Amino acid sequence: MKICIRSPQYRELEIEGRRRVEDLLKELRLNRETHIVARNGEMVTEDEWIETGDEVEIIAAISGGAP
Amino acid sequence: MKCHPCGRKAVIYLRQHNARYCREHFVNFVDRQVARAIKRKRMFGPDEKVMVAVSGGKDSLVLWHILQKAGYHTAGYHIHLGIGEYSLRSLDITRAFAAAKGLELFETDVESEYGLGISGLAKATGRPACSGCGLNKRYLMNRAAREKGFDVIATGHNLDDEAATLLGNVLNWQTGSLSRQNPVLAAGKGFTRRVKPLYMLSEREMAAYALLEGIRYIHEECPNAVGARSIEYKETLNRIEDAMPGSKMRFLKGFLDLDRATWQAESDAPVLRECEACGEPTVNNLCAFCCLWRGAERNKAVRDRGSVPAV
Repeated sequence: MKICIRSPQYRELEIEGRRRVEDLLKELRLNRETHIVARNGEMVTEDEWIETGDEVEIIAAISGGAP
Repeated sequence: MKCHPCGRKAVIYLRQHNARYCREHFVNFVDRQVARAIKRKRMFGPDEKVMVAVSGGKDSLVLWHILQKAGYHTAGYHIHLGIGEYSLRSLDITRAFAAAKGLELFETDVESEYGLGISGLAKATGRPACSGCGLNKRYLMNRAAREKGFDVIATGHNLDDEAATLLGNVLNWQTGSLSRQNPVLAAGKGFTRRVKPLYMLSEREMAAYALLEGIRYIHEECPNAVGARSIEYKETLNRIEDAMPGSKMRFLKGFLDLDRATWQAESDAPVLRECEACGEPTVNNLCAFCCLWRGAERNKAVRDRGSVPAV
């Protein structure tokens, strides 16, 4: 499956195999408190499954500097 | 996971509240949190004119979106900082947001007005870019609000920003800063009231809200913020939050409810006067903004004469 990560720089990677969102974040060493995950364009909770063929986007929430 | 209020499929789980929400109920939850903060902290009323400081990032755009949706009289104020392509993209996104909603947007271009952008200013003064940037923003926001007749300035500082600032202030025992850290900074001589309606909402909640409401924002980091201490503090706090949900909220709320009074008592209220160069409020003869820009001019003049190498 294709994973697009904005953390905050954009990068893409390919991962094989079904897994939960929570496990994917752990595998990528991304803190679940600072990231949100969208599967095929829809935001999902950490207990959801990611299947082969899904498009996944991981967005980092942390920004630097004062707004 | 199912949404607590309606039982539909949840899109977000907020561990600090042990709450799961679908899109509709999450948006509603955030809107209510903002409304509650405004009311509880008496930030502003329905008839007041609110100037929203908008950078093009998620927090300030979400804030503007929520306030205009709630029916407040708002206009945006964007400072074009002159940090290369990053500032140009931030300006485009901010303008597109305002145009799509038919909202009024005021702008100041630092480089056009003062001859240098933030990156150039940092080189000219030898001061860290973030320090000059913050100083410029505070000064320009206050001046713009007063000149344009706004009652209040609203900024997009969220729970992560405030908790990180608090951690930095405590680690360094900045008692003066601790005494001033509050979601409402009252109006004073020459100062417009400043408020932070998102102070109890996390960055993750803001990013989720922007995504769910279709708010386009600049994702990339300010190039000057790479390695910034504030990000270190945020990451540290979020590691604690991951292990102990609700820690950031308890840390900030505990300080605001309990400790702040202590620091306020220890801090003397400064005596303000008008800056002799620009007339803005200051504790010295010259305000920090004028000192900074005069320093930049002086260094430039010295460099132009060839006395010292360029920074």
